Amino acid sequence: MSTPITSLRIEHITKRFPGIVACSDISLSVGKGEVLALVGENGAGKTTLMNILMGLYTPDEGKIYINNKEVVFKSPGDAFACGIGMVHQQYMLVPNLTVTENIALGLSKMKTDGKGEGRLARLKRAAKLDLDAVRRQIVAISGHYGLAVDPDAAIWQLSVGEQQRVELVKTLCFGAKFLILDEPTSALTPQETDELIALLKRMSAELSIIFISHKLAEVKALSNKVAILRGGKLVFRGNTADHSAADIAALMTGHEVYLPVNQSSRKPGEPMLEVSNLFVRGDRGNMVLNKLNLTVRAGEIVGLAGVSGNGQRELAEALTGLRPIDSGEVLLDGVRLTGKSPKQIIAQGMGYVPEERNVEGIVPSMSIRENLVLKDIAKPPFSVGGLIRNRKITENADAMREKFDIRCSGVGVAAGSLSGGNIQKVILAREINRGPKFLIAVYPIRGLDLGAAEFIHKQLLALRDSGVGILLISEELEEIINLSDRIAVIFKGQIQRTLGHGEATQRKLGMMMAGVKEI
Amino acid sequence: MLDFIILFLTVGIPLSSALLLASLGETVNQRSGVFNLGCEGIMSMGAFVGMLIPFLVGGSGKVAWYVNLSGLVAAAAVGALLGLLFGVVVIRFSAPQGIAGIGMQLFATGLAGSLYRHFIGGAQGVAGIDALPIPFLCDLPIVGKMFFSCNPMVYFAFLMVPVVHYLLFKTPWGLRVRACGTMPRAADSMGIDVSRTRYQALAFGSAMAGLAGAYLSVCYAKIFTDTLIGGRGFIAVALVYFGRWSPVGVLGGALLFSLAQALQLAVQAYGFSSFPYEFLVMLPYILVVVVLVFVGKSKHVGPAMLGKAFNREMRT
Repeated sequence: MSTPITSLRIEHITKRFPGIVACSDISLSVGKGEVLALVGENGAGKTTLMNILMGLYTPDEGKIYINNKEVVFKSPGDAFACGIGMVHQQYMLVPNLTVTENIALGLSKMKTDGKGEGRLARLKRAAKLDLDAVRRQIVAISGHYGLAVDPDAAIWQLSVGEQQRVELVKTLCFGAKFLILDEPTSALTPQETDELIALLKRMSAELSIIFISHKLAEVKALSNKVAILRGGKLVFRGNTADHSAADIAALMTGHEVYLPVNQSSRKPGEPMLEVSNLFVRGDRGNMVLNKLNLTVRAGEIVGLAGVSGNGQRELAEALTGLRPIDSGEVLLDGVRLTGKSPKQIIAQGMGYVPEERNVEGIVPSMSIRENLVLKDIAKPPFSVGGLIRNRKITENADAMREKFDIRCSGVGVAAGSLSGGNIQKVILAREINRGPKFLIAVYPIRGLDLGAAEFIHKQLLALRDSGVGILLISEELEEIINLSDRIAVIFKGQIQRTLGHGEATQRKLGMMMAGVKEI
Repeated sequence: MLDFIILFLTVGIPLSSALLLASLGETVNQRSGVFNLGCEGIMSMGAFVGMLIPFLVGGSGKVAWYVNLSGLVAAAAVGALLGLLFGVVVIRFSAPQGIAGIGMQLFATGLAGSLYRHFIGGAQGVAGIDALPIPFLCDLPIVGKMFFSCNPMVYFAFLMVPVVHYLLFKTPWGLRVRACGTMPRAADSMGIDVSRTRYQALAFGSAMAGLAGAYLSVCYAKIFTDTLIGGRGFIAVALVYFGRWSPVGVLGGALLFSLAQALQLAVQAYGFSSFPYEFLVMLPYILVVVVLVFVGKSKHVGPAMLGKAFNREMRT
C-alpha cells in the first residue's frame, strides 16, 4: 500500500478562520518511531493544525512534506493513501453501524479508488459489501496490537474506552503508519488512560505518533519530543526529557501555573446537606442510587469520586430536583428538599454547576448578561413589576465580567460563542453571586485548559472558605485529592467508603472506584 | 363476505403502489440525511411528464408499450433532475430543508399544472398501461385476482422493496448513504464525499417519486389533474418515519394506509348505508397518527443528522 513514513515535515502552515488566525506560520517535523506531544491550551490551534495534516482543512499558506516530498491533501482519503491516520477527539464512528460496517465504510472508498483492478472486480465490489473480509482484517489487527474489539457490536452499545479502541483499529486497518491522536484520554477513566498509554508505548515501536494533550503527566509519560502552541503560534520545540512538567505548563499558558491545593485544616461547621437512604431511578427505569447516604458540612468540600455511570449524574439531578426521588430523605440546612421543584430548591440556596455546560448550564443563544441572571430574572433589581430592567442586568454583568475574568468582546454577545472555560466562568459567576448555601459542581474543569482550571479551583476553594458546603463530582483523581476535605467513593449507586483529607492516594481511590472495598 | 374481502384487497393493493414507490425513494433520501417535502410536487411533475409522451406520440399495440415505457423513464429522469435541483439548494447552499422542500412542492406542482394547460389542456386521458395478468398464477382462485392480475408497475413497486433493502444494507453505496445520514463528519473523515453521496441519494429517491407520479397518471387514473397526487407525497414522507427508515417497514405502512382507504371504498361500494362512511374516510389518517404515536422511538435506528446541512469547515 503506502511506503513507510520516515519523516514528516510541515512548513509555515497558516490557517485563518473568519475573525481569527487559528494557526500562524507553524513548522514542525517528526521522524521515524518518534512520539511528538503537541500541547497547548484550548483554542491554541492544535486540532486545526492536525485537521490540516489530515486533509480536512486546506491551509491558507504552507506546505507538507513526507519523506522530503511535497504532498497536497485535498481530503482525508489523500492522507490515508500516504499512511497518515487520525483518531479525533470526538470519535468519528457512525453510532448505528457495527464496528465492521464502520471500518468497511472507509475501506470501501479506498479500494474503489485502487488502480489496476479489473472492471468486473470493481463491479463486484460495488454490488456486494464484503463484510467477512473486513472482519478478518479487524481480528488480525486487534490480535497483533492487543486491542480487544468485538467486530459485530454496534458502536452505540460500546463504552467510550471501547470506542477508542475501535478508532485505533480502524485507523490501523486503513494502513496508517503515522498516527495522530487528538486528546486521546479526555473522555477516559483513569484506568483506561493507563491502559492506553501502555498500549501507545508498545505501538510506538512500529509507528510514529503525534498526540495532542494538555495533561502534562501523559506528555511526560509517553512522548520523546514536545511542541507547544499558544494562540496559534509555535512557542517551543524540544525533547520532553529535558523539561519538567512545570516548565511545559508555564510555556503553555504563558505564565507560571499553580493548581491550588486545599491546605487549610479549619473545622467544618454544621451539616449542610444530609442525604439518607436515597433511592433514585435512571433513565431506563432501573434503580441507579441504592440507599445512598452522604453528609456535607458547611465550609467543607466533599469530593465524590467514581467511574462515570455509577450514579453521579442521577445524584446531582435528584439533589437539584431535576429527577424524581423514589424514596429517602434530602435535607438542606435542615429543610426537606424531597418532592420540591427545582425552583423551590434553588430558593432554598442550592447552587448547581451542571455536567453539560452548553446544554444545562447556559442558554447558548442568549447573551452573557442574560445568562448571568437566569435564576433571578423574576426578582428585583433585575425586573420590577414584570418588566425587565436592562440597565441593572448590564451593570451586574459588567461587574461579574471583571470579578470572574470572563473574557469576551462584550456582555451582549451570545454565551454559546464563548470558549468552554469562559462559559464555565459565567455559570460559576451566576451561582456564586446568588450567595448559595450549598453548591454541586459536576466535572467543573472537564475539557478546560490549565489556566481556566486554575481559576475555577481557586473560586471553589474561596467559596468553601466563606462557609459554603460543596459537593464536587469528578473523575479526575488529582482534582478530587487537591480540593477535597473528605472524599466519598461512589460505586454502583452507593457510597463505598469515605476518606479524610490526606488519607487518599490516587492508587487507593482508583481501586475503590473499581469496587474494591477494603484496602 | 369473501367477495367483500377480495374487492377490498384488489382495490387496496394498486392504491398502495404509488405510496410505496414514493416512500421507498424518500427512505433513501432520508437515510442520506435529506428529507424532501417536495416529494408531492415531484410526483406531480412525474405524473405530467409520464402522461405527456403517450399523449403526444400515441401509437398502439407494441409501439404503445414502448411509448408508455419511455414516458415512465422520462418521469423518473425529470424526478431525478428535480431532486438534484433540490440538492443544489439544500446541499450546495445549505438552505433549511423543510422550507426548501415546501418551496419545491409549490414550484413543481405549479409547474406541472401550467405545463399541462399549455401542452394538453382540458380533461383528456390516455390509454395508458393496462393490467398484466401473470399467466397461470392469475387463474388461481382468490389470490390470482388479488395479487397476480395487477398493473406491471404494481409488481415493480413491490419488487423495489427487496431491491432498496439490498441497496441500503448490502452494498458499499448503501453503507455510505447510511453513514452520511447519521454522522456525516465521520463519513467525511474516512474520505467519503458527503455531498456527492447525498446528491446520488436524492437523485435516486426523486426518480422514484417521479415514477410514483407517473404510475398514478399512466397506470391508475389514466388522466392528469392538478389534484391527482392528492397529498400522497406528504403521506409518503410520513410513512418513512412510520416505517422507521426500513423498506419493509415502509411497505407495512403503505399497505396499512392503503388498505384502510380501500376499506372505506369497499364499504361505500357495498352500500352499508347504516354506517356513516365519513368516519371511514378519516380512518387511514387517524391510523397513521395513532401508529406514529406508538411506533418505536429508539434513536439508534434512523439517520440522526436528518435535515442537517454538512459543512466540513463549520466550526462546532
